[in-house]
Amino acid sequence: MDKATALGLYRKMVEIRRFEETLYYLFSTRDMPGSMHQYNGEEAVAVGVCAHLSPTDYITSTHRGHGHCIAKGADIRAVMAEMFAKSTGCCRGMGGSMHIADFSVGMLGANGIVAAGIPIAVGAGLTCQVQAKGRVSVAFFGDGAANEGAFHEAVNLAAVWRLPVVFVCENNVYGFSTHYRRTMLLEDIADRSAAYGIPGVVVDGMDLRIVHAAAGEAVQRAREGEGPTLLECKTYRYMGHSRFEPSSYRTREELEEWKKRDPIVLFRSVLLAEAGASEAEIAQVERTVDQVIEEAVRFAEQSPDPSPGDWRRYIFAGETP
Amino acid sequence: MELRTIVQALRQSLVEEMDRDSSVILLGEDIAVFGGAYRVTEGLLARYGASRVRDTPISEVGIVGAGVGAAMTGLRPVLEIQFNDFLACAMDQVCNQAAKMRFMMGGQVKVPLVIRAPVGATGRAAQHSQSLEAWFMHTPGLKVVFPCTPYDAKGLLASAIRDDNPVMFFEHKLLYGGSSPGGKAKTAVDGLGEAFRAAPEGEYLVPLGVADIKRAGRDVTIVATGLTLHKSLGAADILTREGIEAEVIDPRTLVPLDRETILASVRRTGRLVVASEDQLTCGVASEISAIVAEEALWYLDAPIRRVSVPDTPIPFAPGLERAVLPQTQTIVDAVRSVMAGPDGRTPGGGMS
Repeated sequence: MDKATALGLYRKMVEIRRFEETLYYLFSTRDMPGSMHQYNGEEAVAVGVCAHLSPTDYITSTHRGHGHCIAKGADIRAVMAEMFAKSTGCCRGMGGSMHIADFSVGMLGANGIVAAGIPIAVGAGLTCQVQAKGRVSVAFFGDGAANEGAFHEAVNLAAVWRLPVVFVCENNVYGFSTHYRRTMLLEDIADRSAAYGIPGVVVDGMDLRIVHAAAGEAVQRAREGEGPTLLECKTYRYMGHSRFEPSSYRTREELEEWKKRDPIVLFRSVLLAEAGASEAEIAQVERTVDQVIEEAVRFAEQSPDPSPGDWRRYIFAGETP
Repeated sequence: MELRTIVQALRQSLVEEMDRDSSVILLGEDIAVFGGAYRVTEGLLARYGASRVRDTPISEVGIVGAGVGAAMTGLRPVLEIQFNDFLACAMDQVCNQAAKMRFMMGGQVKVPLVIRAPVGATGRAAQHSQSLEAWFMHTPGLKVVFPCTPYDAKGLLASAIRDDNPVMFFEHKLLYGGSSPGGKAKTAVDGLGEAFRAAPEGEYLVPLGVADIKRAGRDVTIVATGLTLHKSLGAADILTREGIEAEVIDPRTLVPLDRETILASVRRTGRLVVASEDQLTCGVASEISAIVAEEALWYLDAPIRRVSVPDTPIPFAPGLERAVLPQTQTIVDAVRSVMAGPDGRTPGGGMS
């Protein structure tokens, strides 16, 4: 990985982290609408996978979708404005945190229903296969989603049709409050791939280099018509399940143990030691990101609310009320 | 060639739309090699190949989810759910995903998806006999279509496929009029005559949201869908011998609903009976009755009557099934009751 590429990936991870930290501050200090599910700690997964995708490739996401949206290249100003429920939001204030999407870059949406995005990604993969332009589709989902029927039906369908889909399981240990080992007997969710006759791969989801390499292989298999892969990334969510959820089900020690392997800190040292980046170059990236996030907040604050009748505009296509 | 069955009409509509637009694909259980449980897709695998006509695993969530994702990204999938009862397995993908996707995402996306599903009771007990149109009328973002003739079936399916929204397309099993793998399917179409209007080959569209007055009359309005529409026409034939001229309206699409045609008719006749094969509570007839009560109450000369299935699962025993379904005679009785004055005396037609 050359220096420019590495700095670009680092920037994406920092964008996600600053976006989430800023949102946490905003939710703590203001009356922000709705709730949110934060991605801090899992940045290497979204960035490592999306590094292999172009805007014409597709992803589907989860209720914890901010990171996927930013990693896929969505306009951060429009995503931030959606958090503020403004008319300039990526969903015009109709969806909020759990439905952020940017179709112009192939981001088909966060989703409020656990596992629902997985069969939708399979459908996008079907389009890619039928149209035969070498595009691929990626489904991001959590450990909890792997126990939904939708997961099993979707993976099997993609397998039997050899669709160009990569299933990326972000195993962040807890489904809300419940440790994943209390919901399944398997240590590795990727073992479920065997049930569908496709490759399963387990990687350290805190190390961008490792995610990047494994995702590269899975995406390449998909592009070459060899069918889907189930890629499990072992990761951890730093924040509560949602907004201010207190995480009473886990210990501070466990959290601190994972933070010692923080994906951003880890990759920062790689940048310095192996990619030939300087402290000054890295600091410049970080300053730029700070400006991007500040500008996004300003944009959102200054944007107008939706008009009272706007809800009528989006129920059906092809109708102008 | 005239297409005299709904099975032929639907198949020809699929052929014309698939010839016209390569983005139209078909997914469903047993639709490709076998040709569909009701033979609608027979021959289409040979004609269009395995990429566009796909047998699926028995995975309703997977089928509908794949349809949603494909529709969001440029295809126009037409899904077949073998019995509409099985839609219960896929409700999240239908009602939380397909229906809401465009709305939640602020109009960024279109979901041009058709979900075809047979409805109606044919002696197969409570899990293969329902008519679930009203479930989907209750979910904004879905269109709901229910043809009852070959002509309407062909033109409505073409409109549904070209529509940029998810469309639930319901087909009554007893109106298919085709054969089943074991021979001739159970059918109610043999005696329908001209009312079962044949479809011509070649392109025409029946627009969504336009009702059809299947029989004109001055004394009472009957609104009915699917098989109950034909039973209502039978009831009208009986009533005409008593001097009662019923107007029989087929909404054809329940969402969007052609309220104006229904309201205009009720304003002329002053009386309304609504017949449908779904359950009474919160059903198709309830909604149409409520609209008329809100918009045309002062034109009514008698209370509205609903003829639907009572709030029970459909029983298996043929006699019991017959007893809970709307029948020609129950529609006749309902009309007689709204024609009667408060004292029970029938005042005859033309009251308003």
